[in-house]
Amino acid sequence: MISDYFTLAFKNLKHRGLRSWLTILGVIIGIAAVVSLISLGAGLKEAVTGQFSSLSPDVLTIQNSGTGLGPPGATTVVKLNDHDVKVIESTQGVKLTIPRLIRVIKLEYNDAAQFSYATNVPEDSKKVALMFQNLNVELESGRFLKPGEKGKVVLGSDLVKEDVFGKTISVGRSVKIQGETYEVVGILKKGSSFTINQVVFMSEKDMKQSLNIIDEWDMIIAQVNNQDNIEEIGKSIEDKLRKDRGEKIGEEDFSVQTPVKSLESINTILTIVNIIIAGIASISLIVGGIGIANIMYASVVERTKEIGVMKAIGAKNKDILGVFLVESGLLGLVGGVIGALLGLSLALGISALAGNFLGGLQLKVSVDYVLLLGAIAFSFTIGIICGLLPSLQASKLKVVDAFRK
Amino acid sequence: MSNKNIIELRNVAKHYEMGENLVKALDCVNIVIEKGDFVAIMGPSGSGKSTGMNLIGSLDLATEGEIYLENEDIENLTESELAQLRGKKIGFIFQQFNLVPNLTALENVALPMLFQGEDEEDRLRKAEELLAIVELKDRKEHYPNQLSGGQQQRVAIARALANDPEVILADEPTGNLDTKSGEKIMVFLGELNKKGKTIIMVTHDPDLAKEHARTIYSIRDGKVESVERKVKNKWAKIKQNTCRRG
Repeated sequence: MISDYFTLAFKNLKHRGLRSWLTILGVIIGIAAVVSLISLGAGLKEAVTGQFSSLSPDVLTIQNSGTGLGPPGATTVVKLNDHDVKVIESTQGVKLTIPRLIRVIKLEYNDAAQFSYATNVPEDSKKVALMFQNLNVELESGRFLKPGEKGKVVLGSDLVKEDVFGKTISVGRSVKIQGETYEVVGILKKGSSFTINQVVFMSEKDMKQSLNIIDEWDMIIAQVNNQDNIEEIGKSIEDKLRKDRGEKIGEEDFSVQTPVKSLESINTILTIVNIIIAGIASISLIVGGIGIANIMYASVVERTKEIGVMKAIGAKNKDILGVFLVESGLLGLVGGVIGALLGLSLALGISALAGNFLGGLQLKVSVDYVLLLGAIAFSFTIGIICGLLPSLQASKLKVVDAFRK
Repeated sequence: MSNKNIIELRNVAKHYEMGENLVKALDCVNIVIEKGDFVAIMGPSGSGKSTGMNLIGSLDLATEGEIYLENEDIENLTESELAQLRGKKIGFIFQQFNLVPNLTALENVALPMLFQGEDEEDRLRKAEELLAIVELKDRKEHYPNQLSGGQQQRVAIARALANDPEVILADEPTGNLDTKSGEKIMVFLGELNKKGKTIIMVTHDPDLAKEHARTIYSIRDGKVESVERKVKNKWAKIKQNTCRRG
């Protein structure tokens, strides 16, 4: 019986040709918008969390709080210093610490200047290895800095491009940083994080000297012995530093971030953004649904006599209801299938374009079958829901009333 | 009631409310349709004959009185039970043909069987046989708008026969046709009657009624004005059941 409803419904839709397709188009646009935006949102989430892939699971980050994700040094707090490094180092469970500086610098080459940022390479080779592993960097050409090596730098892949200074920088060339000359000994491979593609690695001494830094760190990286205890170790670092600095609970001017924590907060933000985007997109889906309701109502009015005839020759109320519901469901289903495929190809197209234009940021969109099937099922359901009232109206039509019209 | 009656209207009235006015479309009517008869319901427009047809065809329920279809009082049936019963016992032929426009001739003929729950293979096989009876087997894949009026009405006859009903109810079956096509339709109806089908034809044309029917109910102003029966090729008025108000 259900298959008969499908046959009848399909023939009705086919008979209405263009009008059916216009209604379906409304659904297609809605579903395509939802699918493409959700896909892109998921891709964006992946791209952004990719920026954080440099955070190893066994590494804690201690930063001045209030600085958050903004530029370091923006707030007036007691900056982290060598004493803090010692306090952290002496905390049980901490294996290694890397005090880090991240500062904006002026980079000159080929008579052109560019602001970029520099970060320090520690004096200790173990620390250097950890930092490079932690930042997930690989060399394109040349070599890394040796611990304590002065007058040499390693550059991120975006800085050496021709369009930055008008001339490609290659290993062996000299660049000026804050007015002083340095030799480029290595160039990094393009990484997943755009920050790493614009970095200048220089020795701690060079950096402190050229920027007049005396006893100050922007962040301290602490590697722990056992990553299962990382939360507790983070807590004890927090306790120790607070006592050492004589601060009250809740009024610390520093924060200890575990990798999970920072990823979680980013994920929460991105999830909210994705939900908002999907919400906006679903408005167009509602419009599509109203289109279905509209054409189904028109169809009931237009086919009043036909409904009367069908009832006269034995159609029960549920037969009429069935045919009409399947019809509106089909509008949703067809729109859903086409819309989902269109939305996916749209998202894939945009991600390909973004890859060309955004350079560093890799916006990867993957085929999510759950999303596709979910969108199609949702669209079918919308069709049924929007067709419900018109279908009920059709099924309750009295034969004599239908003939009189 | 005797078993030879297939449809019986007893003391039936049908009232409509039109705005503030109560319209008595039928006012205490008695009609008895015997099995195998060829009955014409006659009357000018506005006489109430269409209302009568709706009641006889169980398309509508009476305001007062009782209607029996094969000894069953239809008043207490639900709408769906009524549809089911109607689909099985009565075949309809309309003045406007009323074929479903987006179905082929074959599918139109098969449609009443679909609503009775028959499977597709049986439906299409029977529909093809029925189209052969009305000489339209070669047009089975045509849509209604590809058929002439006469052809459409023949498809409608085939559709009316789909569930092998006892009664064929034809509402002005030749009203929209040219003379030649109309005659052909009447020949088919006559043949069906000879094969034992009860034919009820609603018409305003006295000649058509007298030529084909054996019993004629004349309706005027919502009442049965006269009942005539053809006996040995002569028409005689027969005594009506008087209306008894409960």
